[in-house]
Amino acid sequence: MSFSFSSISENEAFARVAVASFVTQLDPTMEELTEIKTVVSEAVTNAIIHGYGSEPHHKVYIDCVLYDGEIELTIRDEGQGIINVDEAREPLFTSKPEMERSGMGFTIIENFMDTVEVISAPEKGTSVYMKKQLSKSKTVYN
Amino acid sequence: MGLQTEFEVRGDVLIVRMEGELDHHEAEGLRDTWKDWIYLHSIKHIILNLKGVSFMDSSGLGVVLGRYKEIVQLGGEMVLCSVAPSLHRLFDMSGFFKIIRLEENEDRALQGLGVTS
Repeated sequence: MSFSFSSISENEAFARVAVASFVTQLDPTMEELTEIKTVVSEAVTNAIIHGYGSEPHHKVYIDCVLYDGEIELTIRDEGQGIINVDEAREPLFTSKPEMERSGMGFTIIENFMDTVEVISAPEKGTSVYMKKQLSKSKTVYN
Repeated sequence: MGLQTEFEVRGDVLIVRMEGELDHHEAEGLRDTWKDWIYLHSIKHIILNLKGVSFMDSSGLGVVLGRYKEIVQLGGEMVLCSVAPSLHRLFDMSGFFKIIRLEENEDRALQGLGVTS
């Protein structure tokens, strides 16, 4: 499943509902669904605020693949990129304290997903690749 | 879904009741309104009632943390109450419960701040 949308904050709610609806077919728990929605919200917000500097005329891209009870989620922008990815992933780090950013976005993503990979290049953009195995898919049905 | 917010002043306590989803989009508008209520009503303490909040992310944490810092600067306290189970992990992970007191409901929070309900 792939979709893209304009880099405006109104679309954050749409993005998390769209991904959550798609993932529902794997029958996730409420907790897992909350985690996935939160992760989408964090990565999309990062793309809008940091990738595109809150400029509205860009696009945010989401790909989601369901495979054997596992979710593969990619959230991508073509914005300014992150100069130091390791620093950006540190808890409480924010490049925009004046906007009251908590600096917890990546920490939350890492806690809620099994694997997180961030590929970023200055002026090219940032891609966040994430995977999560759902608990129910591990159980055997009679 | 959006966010609905209700403010009520009881003495020097500002009660903030929220319903809906608190994300980056909602946080930006909320910050200014919330600040106005604090400074226009000589507020010392804040009770944040999250009973109706079904979703929150780090942008929500940012706006709450911002008001927490302001109220501490004013010599007051922020108390959280009625936090839905789905939000617990978020608050826990970010260390919020270590700095902000959590009460079961609004009455308890008011009692804790010495306001009789």
